Amino acid sequence: VIIDLQKFIAAERPNWAELEKILNRLESEPNYQMTLEQLRQFHHLYERTAADLAKITTFSAEPETRRYLENLVARAYGEIHETRDKQRRIFPLKWFFQTLPQTFRRHIGAFYLSVAITLAGCVFGGVATMFDPDSRHVTMAFGHDQMRPSERVKEEESQTRDRLSGQHTSFSAYLMTHNIKVSVFTLALGMSWGIGTIVMLFYNGVILGAISVDYITDGQTRFLLGWLMPHGVIEIPAILIAGQAGLVLALALIGWGKRTSLRARLRDVSRDLATLIFGVAVLLVWAGFVEAFLSQYHEPFIPYEVKIAFGAVELVLLILFLSRSGLKVEDTTGATESRALLGV
Amino acid sequence: MRTSTLSIRTPEGIVFSQLLAGPVTRFLAWFIDGLCISVLLTLLGIALSFVGVISPNFATALSALSYFAISIGYGILLEWAWRGQTIGKKLFRLRVVDVEGMRLQFNQIVTRNLLRFIDSLPLFYLVGGLACWLNRNGQRLGDLAANTIVIRSPRIAEPDLDQLLAGKFNSLRQYPHLAARLRQRVLPGEAAVALQALLRRDEFEPAARVELFGELATHFRSKVEFPADATDGVADEQYLRNVVDVIYRTGTDKPMEKVAA
Repeated sequence: VIIDLQKFIAAERPNWAELEKILNRLESEPNYQMTLEQLRQFHHLYERTAADLAKITTFSAEPETRRYLENLVARAYGEIHETRDKQRRIFPLKWFFQTLPQTFRRHIGAFYLSVAITLAGCVFGGVATMFDPDSRHVTMAFGHDQMRPSERVKEEESQTRDRLSGQHTSFSAYLMTHNIKVSVFTLALGMSWGIGTIVMLFYNGVILGAISVDYITDGQTRFLLGWLMPHGVIEIPAILIAGQAGLVLALALIGWGKRTSLRARLRDVSRDLATLIFGVAVLLVWAGFVEAFLSQYHEPFIPYEVKIAFGAVELVLLILFLSRSGLKVEDTTGATESRALLGV
Repeated sequence: MRTSTLSIRTPEGIVFSQLLAGPVTRFLAWFIDGLCISVLLTLLGIALSFVGVISPNFATALSALSYFAISIGYGILLEWAWRGQTIGKKLFRLRVVDVEGMRLQFNQIVTRNLLRFIDSLPLFYLVGGLACWLNRNGQRLGDLAANTIVIRSPRIAEPDLDQLLAGKFNSLRQYPHLAARLRQRVLPGEAAVALQALLRRDEFEPAARVELFGELATHFRSKVEFPADATDGVADEQYLRNVVDVIYRTGTDKPMEKVAA
């Protein structure tokens, strides 16, 4: 019980001021690291201020002081009880070559699910195109239903001038922003317990399957590969990774077989979601460039074999990147963690 | 149904509360942010019109990319740089914080901002507003996924007690031990009611004013019984002034310097 409030405030105020000073420094300097002695003092001040708050809470006067102490305790609490890594400087190369592929592999199950849903959509779209040619008006986007593939190929190959001349940059910017928006949307729809993400992936699969079967049955496989592969081998996996992120979010929301709370599950995946979606954005920027500057050019400008080979090399590099990059570091970290757990 | 505060209990057993922001205030803050984004885009459009003279293609590309980057990056960058605040949130004294009182992480900011895509559906944040209204912590879907809440930290207007109580003899101060007991027994809400009644005394009808101060004085007299020479001849309104003086001004010193962040 506080007998003399005035005396109490006068005695404790220097401690509060010191705690506030430390907190201001911690918040303004992300790289600031305290010595053991400073840490002890910080913890002591936090506990003392928290105790002061408990004392003053029942006191009718000084609502300002109570608010002030609540604010101090709230800020210090966040700093002291936070167990996640403090995000300091950003290392883009380390993030790209280690964090991103490691995160991708950590949720590989969700990626396979994303692939399976898209493949189911492909099969549906393909079968629909084969057995119900009229369905092309529903399953094909971007005006592909307006003419037969062979007619389009003939038209494309008879071009004598560069249709995109002077528009490459704006076209690639359009592609990048559009695809990134679709990807973010696919991720965000994970909050619908994954239903929205599944619909998006399936729909993408339907379009892809319908167009592919349409070109293949019309004898235009070579054109199809030359047209889609240079950008598609990056763009399609990027959308699949966005779907993977959406499914990771949905699985955390549903929490099948997990005994942790919803908050804990969402907290566990939060950083991975950000990593995956930034990775998707990087991939889509590349795909946007390739689509605007290479994919839209056909024979006789560029031989299809060159485009297909380019796409194949990209695909191999992407597979290697996602499956192997950061593996050594992962192993080392895992081994260190195992040793630490075993106490050796 | 949502509550207006979120209480967090520390492992040490200390409870601190965060005032939750309501959907309307958040919508207004978002509206201000929308205006800021529009201004930024307009300025950028003017700048790009000069670039367009040199290369229309490059200007169109830059315009598309910057529109995208600003509309998505505005919230992420400002909330990261200003520890959970944007211009709109600053104006309305709102702040994004971790739902468990932990340090706000960059990935939390990214998640809550990217999930605006579904919160804003079908238009004017209907999904987000509905989620915010239904959730007891006022969280939209983005906040739920990121484990964040939006709190408000209203500026507490420090009452001008000197103006209110100046030049008045306080008979209750003759009995310091009873004054101390009064300070301990009066609850924060009761003290606030008394203070507000005094601050707004000129807004009342004369009859209502007499009745209100009569009721309040009776209530506070029942808290601690002062000797007759401290209360006899003291009008109800003056008695209440004395009570507020005792509660809000300890000793004769001036009120504590305002330090709240």
